[in-house]
Amino acid sequence: MSSTNRFAYFPGCSADSTGISFTKSAEFVCKRIGIELVEIPDWCCCGTSAALVTDKNLAVALPARSLALAEKMDADLDVATGCAGCFNSLKSARHFAKQSEDNRAYVEDLIDMPYSASNDVFSFLEIMHRPENQELIKNNMVTTLHGLKVASYYGCALVRPSKVCEFDDTEDPRSMDELIELVGGEAIDWGYKVECCGGSHNISDPKAAKKLTERIYEDAMINGAEAIAVACPLCFLNLDMREKELNAIREAEGKSLFNIPTYYFTELLGMTMGGSFKELGIDKHFWPAEDIAKQALSARTQSDDTAEAKEVAK
Amino acid sequence: MSRVGVFVCHCGSNIAGTVDVEHVAEEAAKLPNVAYATTNKYMCSDPGQQAVREAIIEHNLDRIVIASCSPRMHEATFRKMLAGTDINPYMLEIANVREQCSWVHKDKDVGTPKAIDLVKMAVAKVNYDAPLTTTTIPVNKRALIIGGGIAGMQAALDIADAGYPVTIVEKESSLGGRMVMLDKTFPTMDCSACICTPKMTDVGAHPNITIKTLAEVESVGGYIGNFEVTVREKAKYVDYDTCTGCSLCETKCPSKVDSEFDQGLAKRRAIYRPFAQAVPAKPTIDAKNCRKLIDGKCGVCEKVCPVGSIKFDDEDKVTTEVYGAIIVAIGYQLIDWTKIYGEYGGGRFKDVISGLQFERLVNASGPTEGHILRPSDNTEPKTVVIVKCVGSRDPEKAKSYCSRACCMYAAKHAHQYLDKVKDARCYIFYMDIRTPGKGYDEFYMNTQHDGARYIRGRVSKIINQNGKLICKGEDTLLGSQVTVEADMVVLETAMVPADEANQIGSMLGITRDKDLWLSEAHPKLRPVETNSGGIYLAGTCQGPKDIPDSVAQASAAAMKVAILFSKDELESNAMIANSNKNLCNGCGACVAICPYGAITLEEITARENSVMVTREISKVNPGLCQGCGACTVACRPGAMDLRGFTDEQIMREVAALCQW
Repeated sequence: MSSTNRFAYFPGCSADSTGISFTKSAEFVCKRIGIELVEIPDWCCCGTSAALVTDKNLAVALPARSLALAEKMDADLDVATGCAGCFNSLKSARHFAKQSEDNRAYVEDLIDMPYSASNDVFSFLEIMHRPENQELIKNNMVTTLHGLKVASYYGCALVRPSKVCEFDDTEDPRSMDELIELVGGEAIDWGYKVECCGGSHNISDPKAAKKLTERIYEDAMINGAEAIAVACPLCFLNLDMREKELNAIREAEGKSLFNIPTYYFTELLGMTMGGSFKELGIDKHFWPAEDIAKQALSARTQSDDTAEAKEVAK
Repeated sequence: MSRVGVFVCHCGSNIAGTVDVEHVAEEAAKLPNVAYATTNKYMCSDPGQQAVREAIIEHNLDRIVIASCSPRMHEATFRKMLAGTDINPYMLEIANVREQCSWVHKDKDVGTPKAIDLVKMAVAKVNYDAPLTTTTIPVNKRALIIGGGIAGMQAALDIADAGYPVTIVEKESSLGGRMVMLDKTFPTMDCSACICTPKMTDVGAHPNITIKTLAEVESVGGYIGNFEVTVREKAKYVDYDTCTGCSLCETKCPSKVDSEFDQGLAKRRAIYRPFAQAVPAKPTIDAKNCRKLIDGKCGVCEKVCPVGSIKFDDEDKVTTEVYGAIIVAIGYQLIDWTKIYGEYGGGRFKDVISGLQFERLVNASGPTEGHILRPSDNTEPKTVVIVKCVGSRDPEKAKSYCSRACCMYAAKHAHQYLDKVKDARCYIFYMDIRTPGKGYDEFYMNTQHDGARYIRGRVSKIINQNGKLICKGEDTLLGSQVTVEADMVVLETAMVPADEANQIGSMLGITRDKDLWLSEAHPKLRPVETNSGGIYLAGTCQGPKDIPDSVAQASAAAMKVAILFSKDELESNAMIANSNKNLCNGCGACVAICPYGAITLEEITARENSVMVTREISKVNPGLCQGCGACTVACRPGAMDLRGFTDEQIMREVAALCQW
């Protein structure tokens, strides 16, 4: 693990499209707290689940190629990525190569490039959760979330399988909750932290996927969440984009409607560091997210809240 | 020149199946000094032994090699056989051609040449065997038992009834261990306290038994028959000689803390007996929570005590005594599931409880007086989910082994719940049902007839929603996902070794397995002995087991102690280390490496090179030395040698193997 805050950056395919808010907000936070991201030259698709079901070799070769390129660029740098899917693919390829010298040689053969598998892969969540970076986040805060009730949603790819991801508790992760509380939010206790968001089922079996997404909203609502925080572009898409569709179905069924915006955790961090909604990409959500964000930041900025903000900022 | 006899065993087809034993004997006959070589179907049997005895006389043999199973199995058998002949019992070598040869190979082409090599080595070694003799050591006929649970108590009573003094060292303030916390016992459903507390009383009243509570063994020196044991009895702050056990102090103490005995479901005072039937029936002060001992304010107990037994200046008492045998009965604890199973709430949900907490809930003298009420709101749960194998049979997250008792007590819990709560539903998630024991499967079937619904699969997740515990799992028989809305969940958690297991194991020289259970010397042939002479195991410290098995093992361990105590003297081990004082330079490396503390440095004054010198040399205590040989490899000048395994013998074996 490199001790510096300099990383080879793997943006992934969503960085400039569906995950633009993640990219913008993460880059904002990184800049503020001094994390330097150096984009890996000529990085390619991580393969994600599509490669995994197509061909096992492809599923290893695609991420390994980008990791090898990162090594070629600067062998001392660990790799950082935002997307949980990319994180999982990169981590899996590295895990495979690290298992034996034979495996590593096999990977080199596949990608026709030298690859030592010495540099590690970290997600933004893991990087920002490091104690020294938590300290930096705290020092850069200008306001707090004023007790905004947030359900931290980790999804499937960040912490599982534990032997590959080597990060946080597989069944009851706490890192995002701790970051939310660091910036003055209230991380609520709920049951769907790591349950499936529906993921790519939205293409193959939308009906099944909706059910999976719906139960996440339901449990968050029951437990009093005002917002959901995520660390994965696909989770974000499934929650943020589907809320309207879900509400339409629920209305027809006579069920209560959801009104919970979804944020990338980096957006919530960025908000407390003075980032504008535009800078952080909060204006680009499908489900309107600006009102509750505004409320959290300012509606309660009475004298006691400012005192509290100072308290937390300390 | 020696006359060696080589005897190759068929062991039925165990050896003969993959080793051409006749050919091995033919080859052995060609070896130097071998006067006779033959085979036998079962060398260890009576006719087999008789054949060896006859061959010794007929061929005038002065030493023998037996090519058979591991020496752990039958070396002692053949030594005993030699004791009836003119040959010294240590003029014997065993070539292990079974465990280390025939069992690990599949065909004779590999097995036979290897067996020949092993025999060659044994012959080379036996040529350098020397007659060995044993000495005798005295036996102190007093037993120490570490742990006062059901196993420790049973062993103590048996030894004490045989007429020998026994001391029990118990770390808690009362005897009873885990069993006394249980409500009822399967499969007979007799009340656990009703069969455990009379035993406690018997132990307390037995003239041959001394009880030391709140006590821990600090150090153990010495050897079989002569252990020197130092015990620290922690300060109780109550004078047990004058205290009448009236318990007035307990009612007046203002400091309330979670009761360990009631598993945190009820409170106790800072001056307390863990439970009403405690033995000794006298209270102790928990110094961590006593206001008087923390900041000098209070002292109510002292004021109300009618006999003036409170002693705030009480101190730990350290005593050293000599015992002839030690039984380790330190029991088990339940795995801390909260750190491992985040999917079950990691301890955040009040109504997800452990099996032991359920025992307290259902017990008439427990916190709810036997009414099954859920801890969060004291309402009666109408649906209970029982999850088995929490931490057991889960090598990915916790332990790979089966905890053996959980299937049965899960059935018991279901039966008790369905019996006590009307219109109740009980779901049991299981992996397999394991009910080997008298009346066990019938008990399980009865629980099913009671209406317990068994679902084959694990619970993957528990979610707390609107006061209900949503249990999600898979029914692997139906191949479908199931969700149960429960009011309370009982986790039947894995048994793991007591915290002290590792420390006590290393103090007494008992090996531990991968999970830190204390290891017996042999699972079948020496199940209650350890590899340290005079130290025995009883109960769950050796591995998960239920009460009947614990009690049986405790009586077996007690029997071993009684056998030891039936003799006034013991024969010492002949194959021990021996220091050559002319070569020893007194460096002390052997003293440091000896795991049994058997070697000391001793000052000698002797004439060396025509000069009188005084210097230190190492000396081996023949009673303590277990013949492990660690000192012989640590010894730089080569002064230390192991009788029966001398450096010369080992080198001869190596030479024999490399010669061809």
